[in-house]
Amino acid sequence: MTPQIGGSGALVLGIETSCDETGIGIVRGTTLLANVIASSMEEHARYGGVVPEIAARAHLEALTPALKAALAEADVTLGELDAIAVTSGPGLSGALMVGVGAAKALAVALNKPIYAINHLVGHVGADVLRDDGTEIALPTIALLVSGGHTSLLLVRDLVSDVELLGETIDDAAGEAFDKVARLLGLPYPGGPEIDRVAATGNPAAIRFPRGLSQPKDLEKHRYDFSFSGLKTAVARWVEQKRDAGEPVPVADVAASFREAVTDVLLTKAIAACRDLGVPRLLLGGGVVANSRVRELAGVRCADAGIELRIPPLSLCTDNGAMIAVIAAQLIESGHAPSNLSFGADSTLPVTVIQA
Amino acid sequence: MLLAIDTSAGTSVAVVDRDLGTLVEIGEADTRRHAEVIGEAIRSAIDRSGVAASALSGVAIGMGPGPFTGLRVGIAAAQAFAFGTTKPLVRVVSHDAVAWGHYAAGNGGRLLVVTDARRREVYFSAYSGVDGEGLPVRVQGPGLCRPDDLADTVDGYHGFERLDAAEVSAASVGLLAEGLYLHRREFAGPEALYLRAPDATVSAGPKRVS
Ligand SMILES: [Zn+2]
Repeated sequence: MTPQIGGSGALVLGIETSCDETGIGIVRGTTLLANVIASSMEEHARYGGVVPEIAARAHLEALTPALKAALAEADVTLGELDAIAVTSGPGLSGALMVGVGAAKALAVALNKPIYAINHLVGHVGADVLRDDGTEIALPTIALLVSGGHTSLLLVRDLVSDVELLGETIDDAAGEAFDKVARLLGLPYPGGPEIDRVAATGNPAAIRFPRGLSQPKDLEKHRYDFSFSGLKTAVARWVEQKRDAGEPVPVADVAASFREAVTDVLLTKAIAACRDLGVPRLLLGGGVVANSRVRELAGVRCADAGIELRIPPLSLCTDNGAMIAVIAAQLIESGHAPSNLSFGADSTLPVTVIQA
Repeated sequence: MLLAIDTSAGTSVAVVDRDLGTLVEIGEADTRRHAEVIGEAIRSAIDRSGVAASALSGVAIGMGPGPFTGLRVGIAAAQAFAFGTTKPLVRVVSHDAVAWGHYAAGNGGRLLVVTDARRREVYFSAYSGVDGEGLPVRVQGPGLCRPDDLADTVDGYHGFERLDAAEVSAASVGLLAEGLYLHRREFAGPEALYLRAPDATVSAGPKRVS
């Protein structure tokens, strides 16, 4: 029962609970109507990272209020919806299951079709919802960076052709920011803190290693990332200063660390654009909030003649609207709904756009 | 008429009526597949009962105790179903439903309900019997302890008939909820009965790497 849709596109409600944000979004076709996000970030602060069980408990409490708020924001009723969409993976499995359980029951209660959507593809879909009048152009390379993932994708078609080029083989980039912030005595989440402190530092003060960037590594891991060695290198450098009784130049360490992460992210992303002849780079994920990432992306893309696309930050961090819009695109192109028996898949491959 | 859900053990979904009893009950004993089966279970319970979702008077949910991940799937589904149909959601303690089923089957006396909490622990609730309306009277719990500690933890342990329940019936959840409503008794609160703090340790600070 693929929904029959009018001219302005399918009206879809999307539910996203893969990490610590409870996101409910509503879209009509390519138009954003509501983007409500409840975050449990503060509850994780004292642990220095997302605690899965705390995130899952918070989703359960946040879901119904977020649903209400989104419907009010979009000024639509449940009965008007054409479909329900939900993130089925990848992500934290206990957290994903809260959204999957709720989405299925809502779909059955309303007798509406349900679409199980890949979270990473959702991040790319966020670009469809920009309100600056420009349309997403494909194919594109997509660099998705957050506390939970660091992935480089080749997207030829949003609903039928997404390929994983590479991903982190250890920590996510956002995780590295959290760990280094902690090392420097800065609060969680680390990204904004490192960014703030780095503003007055010298990014060339310390040459921290760029993971998987040596010729030998590039053979096997051309588009993969590794931040674990970098994190250790920063820790060792700071320890040596402290052991020697010297003050730690926090701003320089933060700036140099941020530069190492940003450099490696963009070097690999631009290489992918060049190697594959794709003149476009799309950024997504919470690390897009980092000013140096945006700045260096602008410079490198301009130098290489690559078009840079960065959706608004409220659509770059995890949200339900990006999940809803992929479902709307699937409906638009005639894809049938998901079977009601799909599960939460914490390692759902990016090639599986709809589960 | 209520749609009732419990995922504190397996996945159980039922449609019950105060006068007609259990119209349909669907169960999946697997304790690891709640997210997969919950949607179909609700859909077929509704379909097979012949009751339109709009004709339900509410949704009843077992709030646990139970292993968290599965327990939450049912609660999330019950909340969303109630929201989607704009019906009231009523909550019961899952162990109370087990006790209700035991007494409704004609048994009497003191009862200790025990269920698996994983990690070599059990959940327990103790009942003195039923009140004048046939509703179970919980005198201790729900609580959490190691199986070997039950005798020391439950007051008057040896005076109870022990019932180790591998499943919790959604029909019992629903019929207990009907009884609580009819006799103006209190339902359970909005908090899921986890009975365990999340696994998380506040680290003392970064560890040395050199
Ligand atoms: Zn994400």
